[in-house]
Amino acid sequence: MEQDWILGLIGGLLIGSGGAVYLLFNGRIMGASGIVGSLVDRTAGSLTAERLVFLAGVVLLPVLLMPAFGPVDTHITDNTAVLVAAGLLVGLGTRLANGCTSGHGVCGMSRLSLRGIVATVCYILAGGVGVVLFRHILGVI
Amino acid sequence: MMRLVSSFIAGGLFGAGLYLSGMTDTAKVQGWLDVFGNWDPTLAFVMGGAMIPMAIAWRVARGRKSSVLGVPLPPPPSREIDRKLILGSGLFGVGWGLAGLCPGPSIASLSYGGPELYVFVAAMLTGMVVAPFVRSRLDKAVPAE
Repeated sequence: MEQDWILGLIGGLLIGSGGAVYLLFNGRIMGASGIVGSLVDRTAGSLTAERLVFLAGVVLLPVLLMPAFGPVDTHITDNTAVLVAAGLLVGLGTRLANGCTSGHGVCGMSRLSLRGIVATVCYILAGGVGVVLFRHILGVI
Repeated sequence: MMRLVSSFIAGGLFGAGLYLSGMTDTAKVQGWLDVFGNWDPTLAFVMGGAMIPMAIAWRVARGRKSSVLGVPLPPPPSREIDRKLILGSGLFGVGWGLAGLCPGPSIASLSYGGPELYVFVAAMLTGMVVAPFVRSRLDKAVPAE
C-alpha cells in the first residue's frame, strides 16, 4: 500500500512535468479530453500533428517502461453495457465541460482556476455518488 | 519541428506518469471514489504530485509573454460557470465512477488494456463526436442574456 502511494506521487510528478513542458514549450494546457476530442470532431486545425504526436507519446512510453516496471492489472469490467455507458458519458461529459481530470484537475486547479475547481468538485462528487449507487445499491459494478 | 518534439516529450511524461502511478488500474480509481468501501488514497497522491510541477510552470508562465518556442501562452482562465460545465462534469463523473476510466488513462493503457478497453474508448470517441451537437442545443436553449 505504501509503495502504491510513493509510485502515485512519482507518477503524479511525471504527469505534472508533462503538463509543464506542454505549457512552457507548446503554449497549451495539457488536457487529454481536449487533445483527443479536437481530433475526433476535427477542431484541432493546425495543431493536429502536435496532438497526434502527443498521443503517440502517451501510448508509447508505457510500452517502453513495461519490461522494467512490469504489467498493470487494469481490473477493467467485462460488462459491455457498463463499458459503453461509461465511455459515452466520459466522452460527452468531458467535451461539454471542456476538460477532464488532466485539463480541469491538474492544470486548472494548479492555477486556481474557478472553472477547474468547480468542474473537479462536480466530477468527483458525481463519481463518488455513481460508485456508491452502482456498486453498493444496484450492484452492477 | 521543435513543437512536435516537445509535444512528444510532454505526452511521454504524461503516459509514463499514468502508467507508473497506477491510474490505469480502474480498481484504484474506483477505490478512491468509493468512500464506503475499502478506500484507496493513491489518486490523491497522484493529483497532489502532478500539481507541484504544474503550479511552478504557471508561475514561470506568468512572467512570460510567449512559450520557449514562441507560442502565445493561454489567456487568464475564464470565470464563467455555466451549465455545460456543471452538467458535463456531472456526466463525466458518473462515467468515470462506472468504469474507473477517464480520457488520459484510457489512452495510456491502449497497449495493454485489452478488448474491454477498446469498447470503452470506442464509446468515448462516439460521445465526443456527439458532444458538439448537444453543446449547440444547450446553447440554443438558453437565450443570450
